[in-house]
Amino acid sequence: MDLAALKTQLKNFVQSMFEEGVLDNQFSQIQALQDSTNPNFVEEVITLFCNDAERIINEINRNLGYQNVDFSNLDSYVHQLKGSSSSIGANRLKLACANLRQASDERNKEGCLQALQLITCEYCLLRRKFQALLHLERSIVELETNQK
Amino acid sequence: MTMEEKMGGSNREDEAMDRFPVGMRVLAVDDDPICLKVLGTLLLKCQYQVTTTNQAISALKMLRENRNRYDLVISDVNMPDMDGFKLLELVGLEMDLPVIMLSAHSDTKLVMKGITHGACDYLLKPVRIEELKNIWQHVVRRKKPDSKDRVNALNQDKASGGIGEAVQTSTSCSDQKFNKKRKDQNEDEEDDGEDNEHENDDPSTQKKPRVVWSVELHRKFVAAVNHLGLDKAVPKKILDLMNVEGLTRENVASHLQKYRLYLKRLSSVATQQANMVAALGGKDPSYLRMGSLDGFGDFRTLTGSGRLSSASLSSYQPSGMFGRLNSSAALNLRGISSGVIQQGHPQTLSNSINGRGKIQPVGLPANQNQNGTLFQGIPTSIELNQLSQNKSANHFGELNPVNNPNVFGVATNFPDARMTVGSSSSSLSTPSGSPLLLQANTQQAQHSGAIGNQSSLGVASLNQESFDMGVHGFSNFVDNGRCHENWQNTVQLSSFPSNSLSTCEAFSHEQLHTNNLQESISWRSSHLSDNPIDLSASMANAGLEDSRGDMQCQISPSNNVIHNIDYAAKQQWGENSSFAGADSLVSGAPYVQHLEAGKLAFNTKLRSNEDFLFEQRKPQNEFSQNNFETLDIISSSMIKPEQYNETGMMEGELGYDAFPLGSCI
Repeated sequence: MDLAALKTQLKNFVQSMFEEGVLDNQFSQIQALQDSTNPNFVEEVITLFCNDAERIINEINRNLGYQNVDFSNLDSYVHQLKGSSSSIGANRLKLACANLRQASDERNKEGCLQALQLITCEYCLLRRKFQALLHLERSIVELETNQK
Repeated sequence: MTMEEKMGGSNREDEAMDRFPVGMRVLAVDDDPICLKVLGTLLLKCQYQVTTTNQAISALKMLRENRNRYDLVISDVNMPDMDGFKLLELVGLEMDLPVIMLSAHSDTKLVMKGITHGACDYLLKPVRIEELKNIWQHVVRRKKPDSKDRVNALNQDKASGGIGEAVQTSTSCSDQKFNKKRKDQNEDEEDDGEDNEHENDDPSTQKKPRVVWSVELHRKFVAAVNHLGLDKAVPKKILDLMNVEGLTRENVASHLQKYRLYLKRLSSVATQQANMVAALGGKDPSYLRMGSLDGFGDFRTLTGSGRLSSASLSSYQPSGMFGRLNSSAALNLRGISSGVIQQGHPQTLSNSINGRGKIQPVGLPANQNQNGTLFQGIPTSIELNQLSQNKSANHFGELNPVNNPNVFGVATNFPDARMTVGSSSSSLSTPSGSPLLLQANTQQAQHSGAIGNQSSLGVASLNQESFDMGVHGFSNFVDNGRCHENWQNTVQLSSFPSNSLSTCEAFSHEQLHTNNLQESISWRSSHLSDNPIDLSASMANAGLEDSRGDMQCQISPSNNVIHNIDYAAKQQWGENSSFAGADSLVSGAPYVQHLEAGKLAFNTKLRSNEDFLFEQRKPQNEFSQNNFETLDIISSSMIKPEQYNETGMMEGELGYDAFPLGSCI
């Protein structure tokens, strides 16, 4: 595939994510931050995000596994995840966090588990798409360097 | 893990200033790595110079190392190592830098909290670049009112003298003393000390002159406010009363605002403490006072010179026991208390205590100017405590409000920066030893009520026991031995010279704090009229100044002083405020009178503090404990310097850790 086509593909792909609500405007800002001084910004942020999100989701999972759930602890994790998601523009994931936060406020363990499931789903979807996105990006970069 | 990245071109202030807002130096703090990275990059995009860190503690450290290195701080609200609001307060008081809060939550309550804690702005995540493009306005707003060079130079000159020495002393002392619990704060203190040196050395090179509220200046401020009455204190009048060249109305206005906040916090703590004390039987009003003094002093440090204060306090730790005491006693006054106590004229103190009013100025050795003063004051406070158990309580309450501002400042230095009175026991360990003192004192004052011995004991116990313990009663204290001895001596006029000394120390600290508080509160100053509070106040104000020594002396003459100190100390703990201590001091009304020191507006306040104290104590049991701790610390330090090396004062151990009081808070 040639460079232009790849770029278009990437653009369309991201656009579809916007339309699905998976990503929001914040992601555009992140993309805009990538420039010559920061050529791998998007990739770095995405990688950082995925690692962190997985860690948090695992923690939440673990916490909910206990007999007596520590809801305040849970709340702080949710808060973190929400913050990260919003910073990267992961819209649906951020909304899923709000669900969990509410269930946690209500001290509703069952509700929390359900919300966590939704979060996990959204995250997996997001991660898949991010991986595709990064793959496209790397291909583009490769082509560009080759061309130089 | 701390990530520090210095991004953006040159770090030279010159450049930054010339191209402002381009090159504005921002410090970003957020535990979330993604947010931090995105924020940092966005800031870079706005052409600011960015430093990022994911730990609040390291952020504080960096800021304290060189407060002139940054123009603005952006901090997340939820952080694991330190509450964002706490960091906000500390930065605002110590470094007077604009702080912007960041959060993923937009709860009205949170936003309100940010505002009351002094944030210039509250942004929601995700942060957009458009919002970041305008944050420079907060820097400009802050800079405008400062009279810059003139006032700065003025303050610096004052501070340089005292602080220079103090810094050196304190730095070394503080190293050992600081309570492990408040490790970070210790470091901060040390940094502050060092920082002060830098600042003092090159006042002229300050690019961003700020009004440095030295202890002396603050004392004047508090005196003016007290004179006018807290409610009627308007910046213009305060400015006139203070009669300080180069100080502008705006400087006073912003300081007044902080002071009020501080007092408010203190009052809530004081109330708790007062309750506690009352419950305990107010054994050791002196403790309370001591606390307040301490706290107060701290406050000064924090607010005023920021670093200077710390330095001064540290410097107080002078030699010998007191030195130890200071550090361990978490009497933020460190510098002060140590000085005072060391002077150790135990006898004098004891005498003063016994004599209720006979407190003679202890011939505090000149080691530490401040110390001497403090010391003197302490005995008085103790006596006061005894006498006015109830009063103390009341005062305590009073003190708190006053103290709060001060203490707060002080507290910030210490680990908890805010040694809110009565706040968790852990606060005692907070670095701001002073605040603890206040609290402890207050408590003590309350507890001890009329019993001289008890006072001391109470105090001692308080110190030993973390503030949480609240007024563990004097017996505990006594058992502790360390404090016990000290206190008993002091209080009872007994022969234990050391006690008096410790007390004094505590008081000094408290006084300092209390002074601050008291001055603002001007409450019951009727009681104190004497000065005990002055000592603390002055001390607090002076921060590191040598005046502390003076303050202390003042206190000693009057029993009140001691009492005051208690309040001060207590106050502090209760609420970051040395002020609490002031209250305790105040309670010692009868004694307060003795405090001829008079210098301390504090004294006056002490009287009122008594009431305040009690009030203040109420809310915080912990706070009370703190006070005791403070006293304890003081006494311990007096008697057993080595004891201070322990860090775990708080929680039940009167350990004279560097800042037992700190932990209380």
